[in-house]
Amino acid sequence: MNAPAVELVGVSHSYARTPALQHVSLSVVPGEVVAVTGPSGCGKSTLLHVAAGLLRPQEGRASLLGQDLHHLDETARAVLRRREVGIVLQYGQLVPDLPLLDNVALPLLLDGGDLAQSRTAAQEALERVGLQDAAQAVPAEVSGGQAQRAAVARALITSPRVLFADEPVASLDPAGARQVLGLLMSAARLGGAALVLVTHDNTVAALADREVRLRTGSIEHEAVLR
Amino acid sequence: MVHTQSMSLTELHLALLLPGPRHGYEVKKEHDAWFPDAKPLAFGQVYATLGRLVRDGLAEVVETRTEGGPERTVYAVTDAGRQRLEEWLTEPAPPAGTGPEDIVRKTVVALRAARGEGAARQVVLRQRTAHLRRMRELQGLDGADTDVALHLARRHAVLHLDADLRWLDEAVDSLSRPANAPATPPDAPPAGAPELGPLEETR
Repeated sequence: MNAPAVELVGVSHSYARTPALQHVSLSVVPGEVVAVTGPSGCGKSTLLHVAAGLLRPQEGRASLLGQDLHHLDETARAVLRRREVGIVLQYGQLVPDLPLLDNVALPLLLDGGDLAQSRTAAQEALERVGLQDAAQAVPAEVSGGQAQRAAVARALITSPRVLFADEPVASLDPAGARQVLGLLMSAARLGGAALVLVTHDNTVAALADREVRLRTGSIEHEAVLR
Repeated sequence: MVHTQSMSLTELHLALLLPGPRHGYEVKKEHDAWFPDAKPLAFGQVYATLGRLVRDGLAEVVETRTEGGPERTVYAVTDAGRQRLEEWLTEPAPPAGTGPEDIVRKTVVALRAARGEGAARQVVLRQRTAHLRRMRELQGLDGADTDVALHLARRHAVLHLDADLRWLDEAVDSLSRPANAPATPPDAPPAGAPELGPLEETR
């Protein structure tokens, strides 16, 4: 059995007095795809934020690749995320003023990478997602599907060992969704990344190896799908 | 499993005979190739249907082949059979959803047979898993990229499963809510939830 790439143990978190997560435990091994589902407001996104080290839970423990996030300061967590974690959100969250090439190169540049080498790597990453001709376009000049593919290219440019995707295809048409999901699934199936996929779409959840369904901040149901 | 059983067996067999005369085994093989995700046709069903087609003048026996094996009766579609098939294709199929299916029956039985909402919820959650597993299987099958008929048949199955899953999701919600509580509101970030800026996801 592989050591978990993502691990939550007894995690609880509240916003003001509203509990968002209550005693949630979850582990995801390398190469595994886990879909986190549940009705709106059930805590899916909070779970992702905690697991990715973007939010420190009030109770419980979150680990990434064996490192307890509670024991890392913000800088160390940022470095871990930058090098080992890819995150894809529903609307891509690209930097509006930067061309796609530099958006994709950002994780390398933020990690102190050489500009020319980072751009070369970004160009290759854009080619892998079929966007080689849109490298100089800014996000507003491309379609939603293209922007999302650029966001995936950015998430994958460091060959992360952990991928988090929060409703990554909710704003895309079926063809765009197939492309984006194909890229994410390949990173897990072929690249061995652990993929946590937050989704309300059952056709997306059905791609996963396991479904974890939340309700009012707790795991309501867990099922192996493969 | 994609079910073709609801499709009229008569018209399906006429369609399978349309490319040319065939014996029962060939009809079965062709059916299973047309609908690879479906339950294979049973030989008994094929021969019984072909017999009815002949009786009703929609097909006829054109020869008996031996070919070194068992004797095989070869059937061909008649003009009346072609006309029947044409009429069937012209007529829209009745829209589905006019009666309760098994997933509804099981949920209602669990609720009404004094087992209560907890038992019904478990029925629904188990059914969700079964539906997701089948959807995963169908989405993982090869061949639909190059064969438009197979692609359409498979998408039909996937989208039907998705419709069932939406109903199952609603059922879980209803069975998990206290009586008279409103449905879950539309998604909105909870107060105090962190907002991810464009750069933060890469830091």
